[in-house]
Amino acid sequence: MAKPLTRADGPQSVPALLHRNASEFANAPAYREKEYGIWQSWTWSQTRDEVEALALGFLELGLDEGDFVAVIGRNRPYLYWAMMAAQMAGAIPVPLYQDANAEEMAYVMGHCGARIAVVGDQEQVDKIIEVQAQLPDFERMIYLDPRGLRKYDHSKLDQYSAVQELGRANREKHIAELEARQAKLNYDSTGVMLYTSGTTGKPKGVVLSNRNVIETAKSSSEFDNLKRNDEILAYLPMAWVGDFIFSVGQALWTGFCTNCPENADTMHVDLREIGPTYYFAPPRVFETQLTSVMIRMEDASRFKKWLFDTFMAHARKVGPAVLDGKKVSFMDRAKYALGELMIYGPLKNTLGFSRVRVGYTAGEAIGPEIFDFYRSLGINLKQLYGQTEATVFITAQPDGEVRSDTVGVTCPGVELKIADNGEVFYRSPGVFVEYYKNPESTADTKDAEGWVATGDAGFIEEGSGHLRIIDRAKDVGQMADGRLFAPKYVENKLKFFPNILEAVVFGNQRNECTAFINIDLTAVGNWAERNNIGYASYQELARHPQVMDTIQSHVEEVNRSVAEDEMLSGCQVHRFVVLHKELDADDGELTRTRKVRRKIIEEKYADIITALYDGSKQVSTETEVTYEDGRKGSIKATLEIRDAAVQPTSHKMAAE
Amino acid sequence: MERDSVKDQADSYVTEDGRTIGPTVMEMKNITLRFGGVEAIKDISFDIREGEIRAIIGPNGAGKSSMLNVISGFYVPQEGEVWYKGAQRPPMKPYQVAQQGIARTFQNIALFEGMSVLDNVMTGRLTQMKSGLLAQSLWKGKAEREEVENREIAEKVIDFLEIQAIRKTPVARLPYGLKKRVELARALAAEPTILLLDEPMAGMNVEEKEDMSRFILDVNDEFGTTIALIEHDMGVVMDLSDRVVVMDYGRKIGDGSPHDVRNNQEVIDAYLGVAHD
Repeated sequence: MAKPLTRADGPQSVPALLHRNASEFANAPAYREKEYGIWQSWTWSQTRDEVEALALGFLELGLDEGDFVAVIGRNRPYLYWAMMAAQMAGAIPVPLYQDANAEEMAYVMGHCGARIAVVGDQEQVDKIIEVQAQLPDFERMIYLDPRGLRKYDHSKLDQYSAVQELGRANREKHIAELEARQAKLNYDSTGVMLYTSGTTGKPKGVVLSNRNVIETAKSSSEFDNLKRNDEILAYLPMAWVGDFIFSVGQALWTGFCTNCPENADTMHVDLREIGPTYYFAPPRVFETQLTSVMIRMEDASRFKKWLFDTFMAHARKVGPAVLDGKKVSFMDRAKYALGELMIYGPLKNTLGFSRVRVGYTAGEAIGPEIFDFYRSLGINLKQLYGQTEATVFITAQPDGEVRSDTVGVTCPGVELKIADNGEVFYRSPGVFVEYYKNPESTADTKDAEGWVATGDAGFIEEGSGHLRIIDRAKDVGQMADGRLFAPKYVENKLKFFPNILEAVVFGNQRNECTAFINIDLTAVGNWAERNNIGYASYQELARHPQVMDTIQSHVEEVNRSVAEDEMLSGCQVHRFVVLHKELDADDGELTRTRKVRRKIIEEKYADIITALYDGSKQVSTETEVTYEDGRKGSIKATLEIRDAAVQPTSHKMAAE
Repeated sequence: MERDSVKDQADSYVTEDGRTIGPTVMEMKNITLRFGGVEAIKDISFDIREGEIRAIIGPNGAGKSSMLNVISGFYVPQEGEVWYKGAQRPPMKPYQVAQQGIARTFQNIALFEGMSVLDNVMTGRLTQMKSGLLAQSLWKGKAEREEVENREIAEKVIDFLEIQAIRKTPVARLPYGLKKRVELARALAAEPTILLLDEPMAGMNVEEKEDMSRFILDVNDEFGTTIALIEHDMGVVMDLSDRVVVMDYGRKIGDGSPHDVRNNQEVIDAYLGVAHD
């Protein structure tokens, strides 16, 4: 064993951690994947051997220290190993979003100058072949699934297992070099480079050092008391920092087992089979699950529906208190226990949450109702606030202090400060090294003392010390009369309605706010089905008068709630339109992590925005759309513009 | 047995797209099929080569499905010979034909609706089972080993056709397009030499058709399976197939590459309608 890798002060690189686990937890499961209907697993020592074989193969292919290795595909153990193998060989892994189109991929691969790409299947191979002429540094591609690739020109193409074989065959030749390269790795060497999705401009390559990765993994694992026998399901994009920290960082640090689903569609079945103890999902996933539970309950028999409603009402009353270990009367506890037996337990089992000890949601605000639903079932769902530049963790909610409207207290080792304009700054061991080849942006984001601007506006709540986020700092603006304009705040309130998938609020430097709304096809479609309302397309359903009425009532309800907050009462939505198409990342309207790109939307739909402000009752528009395969088409539609009732604001009255 | 000297009995054949396909694996010689006084197929001869995608097209009632049923052994023609792997095939039951390595899908889906997708796919392995009734009911020794082997093959097919998510779902709950895919899976589970597809894209939308086309090409490419298919969608036929047989009123009116067939005046008249100036 290469002992010099482990220093007196603990392992200082990802490969060093892997070697530690391979000797300390040799026979414990490290990675699992369902294939051909059976869960295949690899122990830590097997994982080390697989990774090493691939790393030796990389050396045989001529990978140099400091090279970049792109990794693209769905979550599979082999791809996690590819990232570790790249680091073993002294190179830098760069995971990419698998649903990125060829141009997006070309930009990222060109920017970092990746020489080798490890990809999942034919789809990814095709995309890279399409753009490889634009990539002067690119040399070879290594693929996992050989299907459909048999007749491809293999002069630049190798199968993953063949590269491993190549590595094993040439072990004697390269092992000394491989060990020497690993010995050189320390806390300051780069652990991984991740591209941020970027709500504006081109993606930026965030360079994270081993220090960032390991320190973060260590402190966050301690924060939630993660253990070796924990289980996680890796299903979120590999290019996202969270997945890297959970499935590589924390997995290596604590030695827990990472499970990969069979494919994207089987995720829910696999979730149930594995029963993870540590689970992470963006609000959207929780929302979708809740919607599907509710839809199925609508179809249940009356007795079952009654049982569900009765016990869920009780759960909402006492569930969170039971979870937090607060005082609950004996009768309430007994009734909750009965509910656990009859409703909560089976429901959690169906959802795959029976064993969840720590669950997180982050990335977007989560609706209080959704959040409370899961917590009342006894699932320890918490919120955290983080970003790629912080190696995820900035704040998180400790057990027992969980609320839907805050994002928690600072994580261990993190310092926080709020600038005069409300922007949140932080400093921590997780703070990124730099944006690759982009010193200006690095300087804009991180100052000399190591404080990083989050770009979010927020405040620290008096008393509890919890951070509350209002909006993106650059989106927070002023209305024409000087009142505060915080679009995200209103949009989130709108999106908490299951019928509304996406909302975009306008109003900066204007007299009043208006909004674009996307309906949720699952929820509204189900409603239409139950009410015998026929529709042929999304577009037709979106402009149905009854749908418009429902959305209007939601908007008015949001207005009432917004009016209560003195600071933000100016953000009530006066007029709205239900869009004829879903906002889509393929059309550049959303980022790959589904954040709204305001500028692009404002430019693209300028005609509709004009109509929202000039008092017209309807607007005809034509929109270009991009299909999944890159072809373009267009949608024509006439949209109805509705006025929503607004509440008189206390602010105005005070001003008068 | 002596083989007829059909025009090009060379061992391989290069198509217009530059694909090399193998020697003849099946040959229909002067097939005539009658139902009472109706002649469904009139004196038709054609061959199917190893590894090719062979399409049979024609207007409604041209006798395409009857032809497929002759190949699968469901109908026994009154006249003519069926040659398979260099030997004349005596009249046999469809299950015997299946055992010889010819699997099929149906125009109207014929799955076991109450059974799960996996169980349906496993039925595709039935003709390959060798253990007896007793062994299978006790599930000991050979029966158990066989089941494991068969499940492995079934799972590979499920993976190949990307239907893992519905593995345990009863077929009755699936949408039409997926049922068609399950049928293909069941046929593939038999590991056939020749796969017969009876209108695999009928009733599908464009996206489902594209998916199905990709699977057909992948099956042909990965497993080297010879495929004979009947299809109405001309675009699909022209894109997929290496050679096309055109039938009209039970007669063969064209045979050749998609390009040849498209430019054959008789085919244009019969199939696409006569142009009126």
